[in-house]
Amino acid sequence: MRAQIPTLMGSLALGITSALAQTGDLTLPKSIEAGAAFSIQCGGSGKGTLYIAGPGQMIKQDVQLGGSIEIASGSLYNAGQYSVWCGSDSSAQTGSINVSPAQKPSDVTFIAKPSRLPVALHNAITGSAYVFDTYGNLITKPMQVSFQLSNPGTAPQTRTVETRNGAAWTQMDSATREGKAQFVALVGDVSSTRIVGQVPGDPCSIKMNAKSAGNKIQLVTDPVRDCSGNAISDGTIVTFTATYGAEKTTVDVPLKKGIASVEIPAHRGATISVASGVVLGNQIRWAQ
Amino acid sequence: MLLLSAFAAALSAYAADEPTVHVQQPHLQGPRELQEATAKAVVQNYLDSWQSLSKALDQNRPDLLDRDFVGSAREKLAATIKQQVAAGVRTSYRDRSHDVQILLYSPEGLSIQLADDVEYDVQLSSGGKPLGTQKLKSRYIVVLTPSEVRWRVRIFQAEAQ
Repeated sequence: MRAQIPTLMGSLALGITSALAQTGDLTLPKSIEAGAAFSIQCGGSGKGTLYIAGPGQMIKQDVQLGGSIEIASGSLYNAGQYSVWCGSDSSAQTGSINVSPAQKPSDVTFIAKPSRLPVALHNAITGSAYVFDTYGNLITKPMQVSFQLSNPGTAPQTRTVETRNGAAWTQMDSATREGKAQFVALVGDVSSTRIVGQVPGDPCSIKMNAKSAGNKIQLVTDPVRDCSGNAISDGTIVTFTATYGAEKTTVDVPLKKGIASVEIPAHRGATISVASGVVLGNQIRWAQ
Repeated sequence: MLLLSAFAAALSAYAADEPTVHVQQPHLQGPRELQEATAKAVVQNYLDSWQSLSKALDQNRPDLLDRDFVGSAREKLAATIKQQVAAGVRTSYRDRSHDVQILLYSPEGLSIQLADDVEYDVQLSSGGKPLGTQKLKSRYIVVLTPSEVRWRVRIFQAEAQ
């Protein structure tokens, strides 16, 4: 790409720059706030053309040279640095102007992750926010962002973070109770809300009971809960294992209404254990 | 650290008409560790975006933005191209030097912010006639987000140095 820019053209352009720089007077503000009205003084007489060019915007306007050129409010609004050319076909004056973001926040881009996680995890929920003005410019001036994670029935967690270069981030703990939390990023009177689902963690312990059912044994667990007391989700697999001599029987049972239940053949002297994931429950020796 | 330094040196060793590039050590805020491979990819993709920008604004072709820009950055650049077409104007951007520093790797890994002190030339042509070239220095604040195969620029905003 760079090799495609002809050297000759570059030299010509630089020459023109030098010539143009010697003509007339161009007076313009060094910096304006996005969308603000401003005026430019462009030397000379007669009719001319004003160009304001940057990656974010391009303005071309027919002007009367020698007078004040008014740029209306809302005309130049994308933050960035702009080159200014003003003059007639034969001569032009050049300058540059910086457009800074408006100071009032109008929008917050807020990313919260993850959208679903187990309860009682430290710093497991993250939020990142970018703050924009009404024209979609990133406001790089430091601003206070308040992050708040609200869980039903508990006091909200709040962190206030100052933006650096328009960005702020935080980390929060997941609650001890399952449920949907509201995660809010607030800047001034602008806010953005995300919902974070908090689900029970791993089982804390498992206890099963056994009773005779004819020539079988009926095994039933107590309600399975995590270490914060939340009922483990239905569908979670509980594994019952019966060992009788060299024979071993394993049955996987999903939790239903918080408990797991199964019938297995009864063998006197069988050893029966229960587990879910890495959690091992109690053990029963069948003596009947 | 060593790899980043070597990377910067390699970038500086491009052909003479390529910009000189200096990559500073990341000054990261945030808990997420930035792998060197990620840092190199982000910086390289960002530098590539200047080439796309230059071609797109020089040829008034918004489709040339697609590889490297996304979201509001692409929308704003495409709008500028539309304004250039309406005005019969082209602008040629040529970056001469970059001084890049990664500032933020967001905790969830979905955005990387960097600052770049850029020196570049802007040439304006109207009706096919060059009106002149300006040399500018700007500090760009850039946010990139990951796409299928590369990091793309989502926020591209300059402020005066």
